[in-house]
Amino acid sequence: MPDEKTVNENDAAAGADEHAASETAKRAGRDLSHVAPEVGAAKPDAILTAQGVQRRFGGMTAVDVDYLEVERGAITALIGPNGAGKTTFFNLLTGFDKPNQGSWTFQGEPISHKSAARVARAGMVRTFQLTKALSRLTVLDNVLLAATKNPGERMFASMFQPLWAGTEERNKEKALEILERFKLDKMRDEFAGSLSGGQRKLLEMARALMTDPTMIMLDEPMAGVNPALVQSLLGHIQNLRDEGMSVLFVEHDMHAVRHISDWVVVMAEGRIVAEGPPGSVMQDQAVVDAYLGAHHDTDLGDDALLDPEVLARLEAEEEAR
Amino acid sequence: MEELLRVLTLALGELLAPATAAYALAAIGLNVHFGYTGLLNVGQAGFMLLGAYGFGISTIAGAPFWLALLVAMAAGTLFAVVLGLPTLKLRGDYLAIVTISAAEIIRMLGRSTLFDAQTGGSAGLRGGDYKGSFQDLSFLPDGRTMIGPLEYLNNGSDSWWTRLFAWSLVVLALLVVWLLTRSPWGRVLKGVREDEDAVRALGKSVYSYKMQALILGGVLGALAGIIYVLPGAIAPDAMGRTMTFWVWTVMLLGGAATLFGPVLGSMLFFFVYMIVRAGMRTDLMEFLPIPAKNVDHVAGVLVGVTLMLIVIFRPQGILGNKKELALDAR
Ligand SMILES: Nc1ncnc2c1ncn2[C@@H]1O[C@H](COP(=O)(O)OP(=O)(O)O)[C@@H](O)[C@H]1O
Ligand SMILES: [Mg+2]
Repeated sequence: MPDEKTVNENDAAAGADEHAASETAKRAGRDLSHVAPEVGAAKPDAILTAQGVQRRFGGMTAVDVDYLEVERGAITALIGPNGAGKTTFFNLLTGFDKPNQGSWTFQGEPISHKSAARVARAGMVRTFQLTKALSRLTVLDNVLLAATKNPGERMFASMFQPLWAGTEERNKEKALEILERFKLDKMRDEFAGSLSGGQRKLLEMARALMTDPTMIMLDEPMAGVNPALVQSLLGHIQNLRDEGMSVLFVEHDMHAVRHISDWVVVMAEGRIVAEGPPGSVMQDQAVVDAYLGAHHDTDLGDDALLDPEVLARLEAEEEAR
Repeated sequence: MEELLRVLTLALGELLAPATAAYALAAIGLNVHFGYTGLLNVGQAGFMLLGAYGFGISTIAGAPFWLALLVAMAAGTLFAVVLGLPTLKLRGDYLAIVTISAAEIIRMLGRSTLFDAQTGGSAGLRGGDYKGSFQDLSFLPDGRTMIGPLEYLNNGSDSWWTRLFAWSLVVLALLVVWLLTRSPWGRVLKGVREDEDAVRALGKSVYSYKMQALILGGVLGALAGIIYVLPGAIAPDAMGRTMTFWVWTVMLLGGAATLFGPVLGSMLFFFVYMIVRAGMRTDLMEFLPIPAKNVDHVAGVLVGVTLMLIVIFRPQGILGNKKELALDAR
């Protein structure tokens, strides 16, 4: 897997300076530092507000969220053991599933009855836990597809190239910039299906970014990713926030999120059991209980991974392969 | 030797035959559905039959040629909308079931006595009743022309004029499909084929793209239906499941999601099919234990076997990209 290694190597440098928290990051941290760490706490500047959201599958209630606010311009981690209902909640928020009851607003606008496509057009764009690379499209086409307001995507206009060639050219420039940032630019003409698992995750993020989202929703961006790549993925997520995007990301391992999130929301058995800053929320009794009750997978996002020495060893191992 | 030449001439004739053009056009439409968008239309013959009826019935009712052509296209559009509305929001298999049954419904309604006055029931419509306006369009001088080993009347049913028109339509369709599929619109279709949820997550209305693709391919199918009946008659039973099955064979043979695949597939299919059928009837093949009356059946079996062999050993067809298809086996 030489490609994945390249991605990581190049990114280690990029990741380093991102650790110096930017203005936005500081702002988000400051704003949230006055928020009480309790379930349903109001945020200073909420971008997403959900109320009474329930989703039942037969007799089982997969999601039962009374109240949740997500802060604008911050990284919010939604954690919880497997089967907690995180993905289902994500599907509801992004229009991929319909709730039995409940409603939510995005930037003050009710979007609970909107289709997935309209939610995305409103600026809330997601990725998937099981990566959806469009295999038989090239890497570049994957990203170009994500561009919004392309006149060439209308059937009749599409037959007349001069009507869209300009837009396409501008989009291509932007897409290549994004691909470069994710170190995928050298694979621009490869079929996306030939990418490694980690590269597909990056491609999905690149695609989401191409839509110029206001809020980006990442469902387990680190799952199935080569541990050596995790660090750089975390760096990319921080970059999104530093550029002013709001990030809500799902992770089942609580350790993985500690270093990059401004706020952590913990779900268990469909309910939100705790909220708070990453430093303290892990000590919450409800969180400990939730995780003790589940099979705790310490493999991914293990704290050791964030130690540069361990990371260097992993990289070396990867290289030797 | 003489016999072999005769068989070869017959087969060469198939390369340009109006029916070959009709199948090519229908497969171009199916390719828009399946090859580019991933829609499982298992009722392309329904679109063709509806196009043929639309053209034939409106011509008999007095419509000029171009109007009748528009009627056929409108019929294809309407059929696509009716089939697509309830199914395109659901998983792909629903469209497959609905298209196969809807095509059968069209054929059954056509051959029933309900609309006898319009469709002529199971006997269908005689070609002479609707071909006039088309043949009047011809700018070719009367007479016969021989090009290479092929000789046909300039005008008339099975004429050079019919071939010229049929293949012009195929070329036009290729041009339109080429323009569309190289564009950002075509890219969205391919995205839908790969994973519609991913495309939805990027803010595209997958449903309306699928509908547009279904209509486009359906209209091409309806036009193919007209070409198919121009040299002969409209016989509903000649345009049933077997026809759909052959259109699929033609498309897969040439290569799904390739521009020229359907045309190449159709030409090759009918060329070989004629060689097999005519060849088995020659004295040379007398050693085969196949009575003449069974030749067509055996040829039909061979078509089925061919389709199976393609799908197993060369799923990308003749023109398809092996590398591209390999990704499918994720
Ligand atoms: N479509 C579905 N039908 C039935 N049960 C489902 C469906 N989707 C999810 N579930 C159930 O809902 C619960 C929450 O699942 P999920 O949201 O995927 O959890 P998480 O993403 O937190 O691991 C699980 O028990 C799962 O089995
Ligand atoms: Mg999940």
